[in-house]
Amino acid sequence: MSAPLSVRLKRAAVLSPPLLWTFVFMFIPYAILFVYSFWVQKYPTFQPAFQFGNYLQIATDPQYLRVLLRTLKIALFVSLGSALIAYPYAYFLVFKVRRPGFRLALYMAVVAPLWVSYLLRAYTWKIILGTTGILNSFLMSIGVLSEPSSVFLYNQTAMIITLIYVFIPFMVMPIYAVLEKIPKSLIEASSDLGVGRFRTFLMVTLPLSIPGIVAGFTMTFTLTFGDFIAPILVGGPDGLMIANVIASQFGAALNWPLGSALALVMLMIVLTIITISDRFERLGQGKFA
Amino acid sequence: MTQIAQERATPLPRKAAVQAERLSWMLGITAILGFLYLPIAVLVTFSFNTSRSLTWPMSGLTLDWYKKLASNDQLIDAFFNSVYVATSATSLTLIIGVPAAIALDRIDFPGKGLFRKLILLPIALPGIITGISMLILFRAIGFNLSLEAVIVGHATALLAVVVTQVYARLQRLPPSLAEASADLGASGLQTFFWVTLPNIRTAVIGSGMLAFTLSFDEIPVTFFLTGRDNTLPMYIWSTMRRGLTPEINAIGSLIVLMSAILIFLSVMLLRDKTKPKK
Repeated sequence: MSAPLSVRLKRAAVLSPPLLWTFVFMFIPYAILFVYSFWVQKYPTFQPAFQFGNYLQIATDPQYLRVLLRTLKIALFVSLGSALIAYPYAYFLVFKVRRPGFRLALYMAVVAPLWVSYLLRAYTWKIILGTTGILNSFLMSIGVLSEPSSVFLYNQTAMIITLIYVFIPFMVMPIYAVLEKIPKSLIEASSDLGVGRFRTFLMVTLPLSIPGIVAGFTMTFTLTFGDFIAPILVGGPDGLMIANVIASQFGAALNWPLGSALALVMLMIVLTIITISDRFERLGQGKFA
Repeated sequence: MTQIAQERATPLPRKAAVQAERLSWMLGITAILGFLYLPIAVLVTFSFNTSRSLTWPMSGLTLDWYKKLASNDQLIDAFFNSVYVATSATSLTLIIGVPAAIALDRIDFPGKGLFRKLILLPIALPGIITGISMLILFRAIGFNLSLEAVIVGHATALLAVVVTQVYARLQRLPPSLAEASADLGASGLQTFFWVTLPNIRTAVIGSGMLAFTLSFDEIPVTFFLTGRDNTLPMYIWSTMRRGLTPEINAIGSLIVLMSAILIFLSVMLLRDKTKPKK
């Protein structure tokens, strides 16, 4: 740093607001969260300590492990479901639609709902799946059901459907982006060599689009993993997820140390997933680009 | 492989196969669009339902629920609170985020790696973690939970959105532009306002609009940081927990309408921006 003083001052002026902000509002809060996770709860407050009791409780109390596994399971189903719907859709847009205007319209059709409130998009499934909801009324009117059924709402399936609906744009966007970048000449070359269309898809298109699938998977997975709205709206008694448990530790249960430990466990899981997917994407790029 | 052989041997059934394939694509895509838009249609349609219960078939059409909204003071307060929060949070993120992106692009400093990781973290982290960590901070320093606390929370959570978009644009900007400006005797601030900013303008506006809509809709961070005053999503949330009414649908329909206008405007804006360049 041999730059003249005036340049250094200017640099400091550009740098200091963002640096200060991230230090005060991100670094310090995460640090306090970390410290709190070792404290002990002494009702009605909590005391400084250094012990691993909170982590031990999470590891040994089957209640927490069950919620954690359930959250992982639901996040996995939501990501898988989104990918199964999003992939054909993105594929259709890139390879089957010829008119760019129509393609843009179909792309916007998926992305546009992101502008509509998350809450309302989740809520509308409550109207659809509820006992007096549209699905029940419809099934009764065509004679499949003789009386309204309560099996559609307040369970994990309802939650998975709702979350797929809410997060699917995050799956379509990255898959579309990678499919669009695949040179058409590669696919033509494959068909010139006499490879069938299905095999071309399996051997050329699909491997090249893996980075997009991984990116979409990561987004939908982490978004679902941290969600605590859908479980309350459409999830049943067996639908609570890890974020609900954390929220209750900071609310009614008033056990901030345990809540902090749970939040750190969540943080670690999410960071692990992001790191793995990062590696994966880079691997893909190195291989094919 | 057998499929190709068949296709080559019999041209007539192949035509039928192509048509069958096209038909199944159409059906599949229509089904996906139905999945995306039927729920929104349900949301809007039921806002006109005369009866309080949300059952099909609808009992009749009315605008009563919209009239009720107009006289709902809590709702109107919540709306203006949200406008206040989203506007302030967006301004803050831009004021902090644009220099942050410039710093990441142009300046080397110790701890840059950590800074980059930290500032981009909230985009990947569940909102609840940002929410509780800031709740802990505000409690520790004795800052009251309020709309202002929510603003700081939103600004922090949305910083990543602005930084990634502006940074991506800066990366595509040749550094020679700023160098030329400096060679011609412009000061750092002059270069920023006359050279750099006009070139990253669409990224700044675009990320600002995105930050605004995300803040307007935000729940996880708001949930932990708000005091007595509710934002619009928090108000809707508390109303929902008391039960389903067409009133929520009416609010929802207005939000859908507002979003549609916003999307339309942003598409028009982008189109106008790209035309003169071509």
